[in-house]
Amino acid sequence: MRRIRWGWLAVAAVPTFFIGYFFVYPLARILVLGLSELSIGASGLEARLLRVGWFTLWQAVVSTILTFVVAAPLTWAVSSYRFKGRRLAMAMATVPFVLPTVVVGTAFVALGWRDSIGAILAAHVFFNVAVVVRTVSTLWSRIDPRLHEAARVLGGSEWEVFKSITLPLLRPALAAAASIVFLFTFTSFGVVLILGGFRYATLEVEIYRQAVTLFDLPLAATLAIVQLLGVSAALYAYSRYQERTAVAWTLERGTNLKRPRGRTRFVVAAAVVGTLGALAVPLTVLVGRSLGQNAYRSLLTDDRVVGTPISSVWNSLAFALGATVLATLIGIMAAAVITGRSGSLSRWFDLTLMLPLGTSAVTIGFGFIIALDWPVDLRATTWLVPIAHALVAVPFVVRSTVPTLRSVPAATREAAAVLGASPFRVWREIDLPIVSRAALVGAGFAFVISLGEFGATSFVARPGLATIPTMIFRLLTRPGATSFGMAMALSVVLALITAAVVMAMDRARIGELGAF
Amino acid sequence: MVIVLALTTVACGESEQAETPETLRLIAHDSFASGVDEGTFAPFTEETGITVEVIPAGDAGALVNQAALSRDNPLADVLFGVDDTFLSRALEEDIFRPHESTNIGTVDPTLVDAESRVTPIDFGDVCFNYDKAWFENNGLVVPDDLDDLLVDTYAQVVTVEHPATSSPGLAFMLATIDVFGEDGWLDWWAEMRDAGVNVANDWDTAYYGDFTRYGGSSSLVVSYASSPPAEVIFAEEPLEEAPTGVIEAGCYRQVEYAGILEGTPYPESAGELIDFMLSVEFQEGIPLTWFVFPANQGAALPQEFIEHTTIPESPTRLDPELIAENRDRWIDEWISVMEG
Repeated sequence: MRRIRWGWLAVAAVPTFFIGYFFVYPLARILVLGLSELSIGASGLEARLLRVGWFTLWQAVVSTILTFVVAAPLTWAVSSYRFKGRRLAMAMATVPFVLPTVVVGTAFVALGWRDSIGAILAAHVFFNVAVVVRTVSTLWSRIDPRLHEAARVLGGSEWEVFKSITLPLLRPALAAAASIVFLFTFTSFGVVLILGGFRYATLEVEIYRQAVTLFDLPLAATLAIVQLLGVSAALYAYSRYQERTAVAWTLERGTNLKRPRGRTRFVVAAAVVGTLGALAVPLTVLVGRSLGQNAYRSLLTDDRVVGTPISSVWNSLAFALGATVLATLIGIMAAAVITGRSGSLSRWFDLTLMLPLGTSAVTIGFGFIIALDWPVDLRATTWLVPIAHALVAVPFVVRSTVPTLRSVPAATREAAAVLGASPFRVWREIDLPIVSRAALVGAGFAFVISLGEFGATSFVARPGLATIPTMIFRLLTRPGATSFGMAMALSVVLALITAAVVMAMDRARIGELGAF
Repeated sequence: MVIVLALTTVACGESEQAETPETLRLIAHDSFASGVDEGTFAPFTEETGITVEVIPAGDAGALVNQAALSRDNPLADVLFGVDDTFLSRALEEDIFRPHESTNIGTVDPTLVDAESRVTPIDFGDVCFNYDKAWFENNGLVVPDDLDDLLVDTYAQVVTVEHPATSSPGLAFMLATIDVFGEDGWLDWWAEMRDAGVNVANDWDTAYYGDFTRYGGSSSLVVSYASSPPAEVIFAEEPLEEAPTGVIEAGCYRQVEYAGILEGTPYPESAGELIDFMLSVEFQEGIPLTWFVFPANQGAALPQEFIEHTTIPESPTRLDPELIAENRDRWIDEWISVMEG
């Protein structure tokens, strides 16, 4: 047994170092600095804190529920049926997730959706539908169809079968998706700022305002701790829930999709077209505004300000590749650690890995500045960008692999061990083949997260390579008809790259099927 | 690669005696950094043998805060992009090492810091832009005073940015404080509110969303004095005349400064870099790259800037310290008037 323990420690060391040095340590440094200057008795603090905290919480809960409602039909369709354009539908649903907030904000404003809580909620749904569709369908599409058939044969109606067979099996993935959507909307920044203005401040917006505009570090640190506590509570509840509900059953190695027949064809078509149609409204505005003015040609030729806009694509792809490799390796190791042990240690580890998703970007960014100059000065180096992106992307790899790993029955591993396989061999032969497909989903998320470049990188000094989002930002802050057209056109290019990447990933997963 | 970079950084830190470095690091806000290309500092490199590495650090606020947080182990040798609204904080944090530029004599004395802690590099005026076609089609006179706007006909076609979320929005709020004084500014805003002024959260929304030129319903939008020339330069088809104009009343002048970061091992070279940034050679490139005006009065303006805009003769400005002390309260007061 000693060997297993050492192996576990070795695998655990990598993600522990990563999360410890690049997240916990900078965060602790900046919070300590902030709190050390705290003066007691700031006036009006409680009232504002209560107001901001309450708004942050309820809008996140409502956004999460609405996202599930909107995502449900599409998730059901792509998880159960094989149809023409299925991959395209998945890719299209993922596009909103990667678009820079400022671009989506512009599209929403053009539609007249602004300055209201409705606009904020709609934008949150728009951005996060992909999280639900992708996370849930990965599991759903691989539930053994015989379970379903058996229940139907025994007389259960379609709804009863879904309620008592499918839904319980899906709980881990549902909880995983809900936790991610909740974290994203709980810490929402750009959407709230652009579409809600100052009236609707989330904790994240308030932390930014206090730290950056007013330089009230103590207050910012206090708010950051409140935010962290909220996020931790949600994550803790989630992890308890997940442990309680995880069911071990045999997952199919491949997906179990059937062709829709008869009336079902129309229902599937309606589900797909309806959801995508709703997502397409802001996208159509975007595409419409990018046409004309020769905007696309200008992307290639216009170098009136610092290179052609298209050059930013290569920088973005390079960063995204680095972040994806980093996040996937660390994420798989972390998932192996989390599922290899049960109990509180593993739960806390899981929770810590998720925290970067729910930590204010300003806090992490400022933490980098004061913490990462020792033993080597990593601040303002090229490496900080993929590292910061990987911090946000690792939870996606973990979230998409842990439910799958948990569903591997312990008996399968034990049988292999009894037959003389070493722990590593057991992992490689049993876990890895199952986990690699799920990890691909996580890797896809990591890639598009990095492409969209949100999070801490907007607030840290970093090398001056223009990425797609920074180029869009640059074009958007310049007056003139072609500037605007090019910003929209580059956003469409970003959307197309995202769709292409996602489709390639999905194809790889199908291709892999043939290997079995 | 990371090791090489790290070693270089360590090596730079240790060789404090070195008179001239191979590379100087210039930390700046994103909008400046994204305008830099190989040519920007080439003349400086040619003359001194020093290459300049530009490090973008977010918006102006994030830039100053990062410089303050890293004061003990600075991220760069020179900082560029601190403006009036953040200057006082930067000075309070004592992050700059004084330097009197050899070119400071070329600058309008009202922009110069008396203690030479920072050097003015450029300025930009936040001004109302108006849509020429709209005013022509509606047969209306372009207002030339902030009080003119109080009439419903005008107020209803005015868009301003929110001072808490937008830099031009904050600048324009400061302009009204300068024009109407601490006693009167909120009355003006209250009247504008009652007359139906529109508030956008950021410049993009105001300009590309609300401006009649881009299909919105406001023909008067708070933007920059450099926006009309930009409209000509980045037009779809070549334009004879700018489609928008600038109203001189209520313009607010934002000055951007550079400073040597305390703790740099190369104060002399850092000073030379600032001198270069204030030289005619560098200054003449400023308008077309960053759409602000050169601080050096000897720098010639591009034709588009001469033909299509005006530099306000007496723009409003407020003392940086006054801003630092009162900004938060002013914004809160503005919000309570505008949003109840």
